[in-house]
Parts: sequence; C-alpha cells; structure tokens
Amino acid sequence: MWDYIKLIALGLAAAVAAYAASQARDLPYMVNMIQAMLAAVIAFIWILRTMGDPKPSNTEYCDGVIRAGVIATTFWGVVGFLVAVIIAFQLAFPQLNLEFGNGMLNFGRLRPLHTSAVIFAFGGNALIASAFYVVQRTSAARLFGGNSLGWFVFWGWQLIIVMAASSYLLGGSQGKEYAEMNWHIDLWITVVWVAYLIAFLGTIFKRKEPHIYVANWFYLSFIVTIAMLHLINNLAIPVSIFGSKSVSVMSGVQDAMTQWWYGHNAVGFFLTAGFLGMMYYFVPKQAERPVYSYKLSIVHFWALIFLYIWAGPHHLHYTALPDWASTLGMVMSVILWMPSWGGMINGLMTLSGAWDKLRTDPVIRMMVVSIGFYGMSTFEGPMMSIKAVNSLSHYTDWTIGHVHSGALGWNGMITFGMLYFLTPRLWGRSGLYSLKLVSWHFWLATIGIVLYASSMWVTGIMEGLMWREVDSQGFLVNAFADTVAAKLPMYVVRGSGGVLYLLGGIIMAYNLWATVAKQPKTTEASVAVPAE
Amino acid sequence: MDYHILREFADSWAALAMLLMFLGAVFWAFRPGSRSTHADTANIPFRHEDKPADPDAGDSLRPDDGATR
Repeated sequence: MWDYIKLIALGLAAAVAAYAASQARDLPYMVNMIQAMLAAVIAFIWILRTMGDPKPSNTEYCDGVIRAGVIATTFWGVVGFLVAVIIAFQLAFPQLNLEFGNGMLNFGRLRPLHTSAVIFAFGGNALIASAFYVVQRTSAARLFGGNSLGWFVFWGWQLIIVMAASSYLLGGSQGKEYAEMNWHIDLWITVVWVAYLIAFLGTIFKRKEPHIYVANWFYLSFIVTIAMLHLINNLAIPVSIFGSKSVSVMSGVQDAMTQWWYGHNAVGFFLTAGFLGMMYYFVPKQAERPVYSYKLSIVHFWALIFLYIWAGPHHLHYTALPDWASTLGMVMSVILWMPSWGGMINGLMTLSGAWDKLRTDPVIRMMVVSIGFYGMSTFEGPMMSIKAVNSLSHYTDWTIGHVHSGALGWNGMITFGMLYFLTPRLWGRSGLYSLKLVSWHFWLATIGIVLYASSMWVTGIMEGLMWREVDSQGFLVNAFADTVAAKLPMYVVRGSGGVLYLLGGIIMAYNLWATVAKQPKTTEASVAVPAE
Repeated sequence: MDYHILREFADSWAALAMLLMFLGAVFWAFRPGSRSTHADTANIPFRHEDKPADPDAGDSLRPDDGATR
C-alpha cells in the first residue's frame, strides 16, 4: 500500500518537474528541474523493483545508509578540497580563470561551489551519517522510519548538492553567503531536513536507554536550529514559479542582519554544535573512556545554546546596523569564548590517563588536534569580534584564515577521525588498512593548515594596515591594487597548504577504500557482546 | 522581522527568562544525587554497539542491570 502511494507521488513529481523544465525562464532552473525529474524517475524504478522484498528485521541497526554516508563524505571532501586548491591558485594567478571556462569556471562561480561542497556536502554528509550512527547506538534502537526514511534523507541530500552545484556554475544564486541556493532548492532542503528531524527524533523517542546521551542533545539542537535559520533567512517571493529568481521579503540592513544571524548560527550550529555531537561520541569511543565531565558537557551545551544566537551582529560592525546592535553582538561573542573552552577542556581531558594513546594511535591524535583547533578558533573568533580588532581584520584575509583554521582544523580533522573510526566497524573489518597512511594524512593536513592559517594572518594584517595607512597630509598611501600585488607570495603559500591538505584527503580515501577492499571480512567485527 | 527584535529580547524579561533557564539547567546538572546518573549516562556509548536492545526487554534498561558494561 505504502509503496503504491510512493510510486504515485514520484510519478507526479517527475511529471511536474518535466513540465517546469519545459517552461523554464532561465538555464539554472531548467537544469535543476531536469535533475529533479531524473531523480524522481530513478527513485520510481528503484521502488518498483524492490516492492514486496522482505522487511529487514528490527534487531539490527540501520547501517547501509551510514556506509553510503561515509563514502559520500569522503568523495565530497576530496571534491571540495580540489575546488579549493583551484580557486586558491586562481586568486594567486588570475590567468587560471581560463578563457574557455569564462562565465562558468571563474573564481566568482567556483567560490560558492567550494564553500557549499565543503560545508554542506562534506560536512553535511558527515553530520547526517554520524548522527544516524550515534543516535542508534546511544538509544539502543533501530533508526526510526528504517531504511526508507534513512535513504530518503541521504539521496535527498545528494540531490540538493548536485542541484546547488550546477546552479552556481550556471549563475543561479540568491547572493546570500552560505545560503546561495535559490528558492526552489530551498523548498527541497526543507522537505529533506524535516525528514532528517523525524528520523532523528523518532529514534530518540523509541530509545531503550533511560537518558539521552549528550551527543544527541548537540545533534538535535543543530537540526532544529538549522531548520529555523533556513526558513527565516530564505523568506523570499519568487518572480515566477518557473524561474530561479526571487526577491527577499526583507530589505537593506534588516536583510543583512537576518543573513548574518543565519550566517553566524550556521557556523555555530552546523559547524559547531553538530560536530560537537561527533566529538562527544567518537572521542570517548576512540579513547575507550567516558567523557571527562558529564556535568561540564551539560553546561557547555546550554551555554552555547543561549549565547550563540546573539553573536551574528559582529559580522556587521561599522555598517548601517546601529551601534547598540553590534555592541550587543560583540559582548555576546566574547562571553561565548568561555563555554567553548569549557567544551575544549572537556574533550581534551577525556584523554586524561590515556595520553599514551597519542603516541600509538594516529586517529586519536587527529581528534586531539581537531579539539585544539576548536579551542584556537573559538579564541580567535571572539577576539576578532571586538570592534577595535575588527576594524583592522574585517574584509581582510585574516577572516578567511580564521574560518579555515576552524573548518580545516576543527571540522575536517574531527570528521577524518570519525571516518577512520567508522569504516572498519561498518564494513566488519578488524582494523584500518594502514596506520602509517593515517600518520601521513595527519602530518600533511596539519602542516597544510599551519601554512594556510599563518599565511592568512600575515596577508590579512598586512592588507588591513596598508588600507588604513595615511600620509602626513591625510591621503591614503596605498591603492587597492598595491595590496593585491603585495599579497601574491602569501597566496602561493596558502595554495600550497591547500595542496597538502588535498593530498592528505586523497591518502585517506585510498586508505579507507583499501580497508574495505584489501582486507578480509571478520564475522565478529567488534568485541563480542555478552548475552543479555 | 527586523533588528529591533534583538533589542526587545535584550532589554526585556525575555533576556532574564533565558538567563534563569540557563541557571536552572546548570543547577539541575549539579543537583545532589546527579553523580551516579551522570556516570551511567556517560557510559551509554559503551553499550549496544552491535545490536539494538532486545525489543522484548521492556521499555527501558535499568541503569544497574550491568548488561554490557
């Protein structure tokens, strides 16, 4: 019965998408609708062919979708890092905006592709897969909605990625940073995200453990907050239902405020709360000891929830936003430093009594470095939100360096640790293919980040100082082009840091593939469970 | 929606209510007797790694059943 309803819905969706594509007012919209139609057709065929298959039993975790998530995370990670390296060198050598790719492969089109690929494709897949893994294990229950809901979330998310990426290359963007997706993609994101929320919450509701483990609190706050941010920041009226253009319902500084309320909380909840959920599960697991202080984790959680939501205005210092609002954002951002460091200490101290593992286990080394970068960037961020500092750092490369020490250091490294942890377990292998390659990955990535962050500090502070330099008559000393010329060596250093990070990612992809392909399956992957 | 919503939150009872909720959550975390609950909850990741709990085992596992510790 259920399957027939799905088939009818998918058939209708394919027909509507085909009609919309035929009526399309612009190219990105047409391509997106064709992609949606193809996705609906493929899903239709797949459901038709698997109708009546026996239902998987309730006595196993729903792991297929998590395996797919591990593969997708690795794949999009490497893609995102590759685009990153290309645009880093495009900035250093503008000739790389090649003639034949004009209008599609310029920096301006590739940049949102890079940010979305690493945040939403790499990070998003890592969050979805790890949330499904963690919520099932810590609830001792199978995923709510089972395979169908899990796979819907997974493939729905991949469709979003593909639609957004092709839309950016073809010029479809609503011009809001990290929320460039046009209205029709936004609607689809909402559907998939609600399905994600239902699968996650449903699993928590049917949990067999009396308490909800702290990692789930972080994951849940991430899912709920992102839903709210996404809905409010993308309030827009389409110019035509057959075109990708839309007009935001807010205007001017109100729109800017909403955008950065979204933008900062996307950092705060997507890239922080969600990944903290990862930290609170995978660091204790890899260290084989419970989190240092469960009480501290509760205080960490509630302090982040109450503070992050205020911090957005620090993106709009010295703009049309009133002073009181940006001061409020600044004060809250500085206060935010404390709970962030509480969380860092909690993560690091989980290793107390097991510090020797740092010497022998490169995976835990990765996790520890990631927590270290979490601490570093949550110190740098509040400092940069102070108005006096911001007047130097804003609009310079320092901001980009800050974002990347958080993204490459914290998000990237904890995700790598998660992937190294999950792959042998999910595929039933006794361990990773090569710890030596993990070490290589660790050092390449770490050195890459150091090159990236330090070159961006230098060039950021340099250009900030050059912009404000005046001579004795009060005239500006430097033209903008002077700062661009002065930055070239640092841009090359940054690009080579990116190359190292990309190499590390490729080594990881090989190692994970070899873990599965070159090692025999052990029937009992993890420690045998005594009868209950 | 405009940025005055920030102001309305910041200088009204809403900010105080949020602060009190936060302090309440902290107090709840430090309430007497929470230590054993937290010790048990912190060990959740080390149970049920391979299989869900037996669906016939009843609604919830008693914290002290020592199942797979």
